[in-house]
Amino acid sequence: MHIDIRLPVGLMFGIVGLLLIGCGLLGDATLNASSLGINIDLWWGAAMTVFGGVMLWLSRR
Amino acid sequence: MKLGLIDWAIMAVYFTFVLGIGFALRRYVKTSNDFFLSGRSMPAWVAGLAFISANLGAQEVMGMAASGAKYGIMTSHFYWIGAIPAMVFLAVFMMPFYYGSRARSVPEYLKLRFDEKTRGLNAITFALMTVLSSGISMYAMGLLLNLLLGWSFGVSVWSCALIVLLYITMGGLTSAIYNEVLQFFMIVFGFLPLVLLGLYDVGGWAGLTRGLEHVATAHGFAAGAWSQSWAHMGRPSDNPMGVEWFGMAMGLGFVLSFGYWCTDFLTIQRAMSSESMSAARRAPLIAAFPKMLFPFLVILPGMLAIVLHQRGTGGGFALPTKADGTLNYDLTVPMMLSHYFPQGMLGVGITALIASFMAGMAGNVTAFNTVFTCDIYQAYIRRNAPDSHYLWVGRVATVAGVSAAVAAAYLATRFNNIMDMLQLVFAFVNAPLFATFLLGMGWKRATGHAAFIGLISGTVAAAVHHGLTLPAGSLPGIKGGWIDIVHQYPSEMAQNFWTAIWAWSVCFAVTIAVSLVTKPRPEAELHGLVYSLTKRIDTGREPWWKRPAVLGTVLLVLTLALNLAFR
Repeated sequence: MHIDIRLPVGLMFGIVGLLLIGCGLLGDATLNASSLGINIDLWWGAAMTVFGGVMLWLSRR
Repeated sequence: MKLGLIDWAIMAVYFTFVLGIGFALRRYVKTSNDFFLSGRSMPAWVAGLAFISANLGAQEVMGMAASGAKYGIMTSHFYWIGAIPAMVFLAVFMMPFYYGSRARSVPEYLKLRFDEKTRGLNAITFALMTVLSSGISMYAMGLLLNLLLGWSFGVSVWSCALIVLLYITMGGLTSAIYNEVLQFFMIVFGFLPLVLLGLYDVGGWAGLTRGLEHVATAHGFAAGAWSQSWAHMGRPSDNPMGVEWFGMAMGLGFVLSFGYWCTDFLTIQRAMSSESMSAARRAPLIAAFPKMLFPFLVILPGMLAIVLHQRGTGGGFALPTKADGTLNYDLTVPMMLSHYFPQGMLGVGITALIASFMAGMAGNVTAFNTVFTCDIYQAYIRRNAPDSHYLWVGRVATVAGVSAAVAAAYLATRFNNIMDMLQLVFAFVNAPLFATFLLGMGWKRATGHAAFIGLISGTVAAAVHHGLTLPAGSLPGIKGGWIDIVHQYPSEMAQNFWTAIWAWSVCFAVTIAVSLVTKPRPEAELHGLVYSLTKRIDTGREPWWKRPAVLGTVLLVLTLALNLAFR
């Protein structure tokens, strides 16, 4: 096995997830009108970060 | 569509990782085996996810949503009838021959089992087809990115082609597979929130069903025609697809589905790169689990979109119309993305869309460079060169294949009819394939001459059937009826299914007939290539959750349950 694919997957989802969380926290709240008033950036960013973290943990185990 | 800095940043992160993976894998590619088959080193779950991702091109993501809007939940037949059974069959029955024969490609298996001419026919048509379908997918992508991001057609096509080209020439199949795993997760994470938001918006499953009943009655069908997959298949006129259950089960469920999943090198190559026979057989089964759930990811957005569209004012969502006044279903997914996603998620959604294009393109390119190098170049142009030469040819073939696909994309902008015609011809070539493989693997008496003649007759039968029939409401020409019209089908889909059934049956019958009058190959040459002359694989020592028969049974039971639940 060359490189564990879970490492880049984990890193990428971690970075994108954190970017989304940042956007959800700092961004303009009026934008959430399109997503039915749900702060989807924050919630989905958190989901992606958790997924990235699990992948990283699996690759390091 | 308004994109913010954050959206471009997310896209940039994705592109960096895609190229980074190719760059990091560059130093592991030392032999042609590394380049074309990842040195047969992939774990089952990686090969499995790549297997499904390579198939999950953008045509699927966009096309299945379009179909969900147009035909409703009947679209799920393409999964629960048209994919899972064939994937289980591939894993349980066929993979031992593909992997066990040590062939590097599907055409090479035909060479080992039958003869050179059968391989040549399959290799050349397959190579042409992959380049062409890659070009058509690039064409679609160019139009879409032009619409969404405002990039020109040329910039869209060239930039994506260049990225795919770079990561494949550097890291070969491993690079393609690793990126497909990344793309798989990206696609799931990009489209899942769309489904969740949409369901929340229409009032959950109950709200969706109610909305679909309005859609169905508005189109003049029974109320359940959009929300029940089997109940309205007694007569073609009862359902929006215009097909009846027998044509569906035989044409899609048997001929087309098994023909695609069990013989298409694009996906099988991923399974062939597995680290062991056990992993190679598990790969399609691992792929089948997400495939079974994909209808909820790719068809639901279309069904939600048509409900929102029907609801009209209030939701503020409308599907665009084409010049002739009909709805443009193809833009369902991008319209839904821009309707629900704020900046940030929009970047994730568009990246997922681009990822699906790239996954499909990379699948075509790696399948092309392998078949070209192993089955065309090494077979007919230069036979006994050192391995490093073939590795070099593989890289050159990658560049040539991508360039040809770009050329095809440009051609498609000018001559759409030629592209439709070529796709039709390839459909004729593909239709009979599964009969040849089934007889090749299942019957030791089948001969090379018979396989070749059978394939040609099957293709001719497909063309003749198409030439003699016409879907209702079409003019003779590209849609059929160009010889004479002896039968009218209720829809184009019904015609396609029956074309496939005819092609398969003729190929099957002719191959058997010719085999009986030609000289069979000595049995000693067929060990490991035919069922009756191959040692059974003993899976008794594996834990139950790794045995193909167990996994396959679980999949089939779950698929049956899904069919019943949404009948």
